Amino acid sequence: MIQLEHLNKTYDGAAGAAHHALSDVSLTIEDGDVFGIIGASGAGKSTLVRCVNLLERPTAGRVVIDGADVTNLKGKELLRLRASIGMIFQNFSLFQQRTVLGNVMFPLELRHEKRDAAERRARELLELVELGDKVDRYPSQLSGGQQQRVAIARALANSPKVMLCDEATSALDTRTTVSILDLLADINKELGVTMVVITHSLAVAKKICSRIAVIDAGRIVEEGSTADVFSSPQSPVTRELLEYDSLSGDPGAWREPKEPAGNRLDDPAIMSSLAPIGAPLNPVMVTRGELEGE
Amino acid sequence: MEFLASFFDQYGLLLAQGTGDTIVMSVAATIFAYVIGIPLGVALVVTAPGGLRPHRVLNAVLGWITNIGRSVPFIILLVVLIPVTRWIVGTSLGVPGAVVPLTVAAAPFVGRMVEQSLAEVDGGLVEAAQSFGAGVWQIVAKVFLRESLPSLIRGASIAFITLFGYSAMAGMVGAGGLGDIAIRYGYQRYQGDVMVAALILCIVLVQVVQSLGNLLARKVDKRR
Repeated sequence: MIQLEHLNKTYDGAAGAAHHALSDVSLTIEDGDVFGIIGASGAGKSTLVRCVNLLERPTAGRVVIDGADVTNLKGKELLRLRASIGMIFQNFSLFQQRTVLGNVMFPLELRHEKRDAAERRARELLELVELGDKVDRYPSQLSGGQQQRVAIARALANSPKVMLCDEATSALDTRTTVSILDLLADINKELGVTMVVITHSLAVAKKICSRIAVIDAGRIVEEGSTADVFSSPQSPVTRELLEYDSLSGDPGAWREPKEPAGNRLDDPAIMSSLAPIGAPLNPVMVTRGELEGE
Repeated sequence: MEFLASFFDQYGLLLAQGTGDTIVMSVAATIFAYVIGIPLGVALVVTAPGGLRPHRVLNAVLGWITNIGRSVPFIILLVVLIPVTRWIVGTSLGVPGAVVPLTVAAAPFVGRMVEQSLAEVDGGLVEAAQSFGAGVWQIVAKVFLRESLPSLIRGASIAFITLFGYSAMAGMVGAGGLGDIAIRYGYQRYQGDVMVAALILCIVLVQVVQSLGNLLARKVDKRR
């Protein structure tokens, strides 16, 4: 169980202006949950998730994992805590000069695991993510979805109980997103790994999360089971997010999560700025990538 | 043809000796410069603001030392360092006498090149390594140095070629080498043919080193 208690994170800005990335954030994430943290970019979700493995140290508040206060861990103990929590990233963050196998072996190398044992473990994990035939490739030779699978295998190398997913599907197309989410859901179910999923996409949250928290300007504005939050949103921020989401197509329908909202042609801001042209605007589903012939 | 034959009869040995001296000086100085430059470059990156172990004072001091080292012209360094050189290798003359000032001249330059290569490593990779519990030294060895290897190799060929150029001045301390031959025979004795021959050898050597460096860098780079 992960308990975040009254977390604050303040960055010193220029000319004494402090930026409050997190303000009094308290959350409890139960073992086995797929816990979604949703919000717009800049809302503080990345900072929040980095407080769990202390890549960011909160300015105030406590991080309690399985009953132990880890907020002030240092040295070897801090490294051990981080090793016990897997993490995947938006841009995959694979080591470009290492093979797929070498990437998955990386966390095992860090704790000086014997080479053949580490290699066996890495091969098993790559089978699990269905990349058993790509062990000797380099990341540059793989598609985005395949790279994220490698990253997932790497995150599982230390048999973590918790996995942090930071916008893990934001750089992927719809079909690949679905397959990665399915894989994460399987890992949650089969291996019992608790997932903390950071996303700006309601569709992603809806598909995979059992509970969600909505974060806005560093504050949690709503928290509850996914079904409750979607069917009866309490906070205006959540309602706005839902409304925004339904603008891009049928309410609740699966939508292209590839581009952040601001880059979409059906972005309300863009639509309204086009309005004076007087052309009949049809909110078709076109992303910038498609327009550019991607 | 006859000219070439008699030319090589007369100067072949001299040019071969010069080529050998130049290679020995440049290679030795490059190696020693990296022995100092890699830790220096790593320290500059690690202690930089936002680095793995930010340390404002240490970073500033290292930066100053590096800049001072880079601002002294080599020909002056060669003279200023004579007592130091004598203390380290026992003589300030010949090839050993040149290697010390060459190393001192190149180390800060190499340090900056290494710093540059390491700074190009994607911060996301450092963060990923941290998320798996990597310590500072592990990140330096397994992320910074490993991921920037192609760039480090390209930097090494540039460093070697720069030292190759500096070594022409090492003739001042009787270290010989191709540059020294070109100056003594071409400039001081008006023997244009010897100078041209020495220059051709210089050009060939630099080309070979640069091509080998590029080839090696491409070979180890797995990004495409």
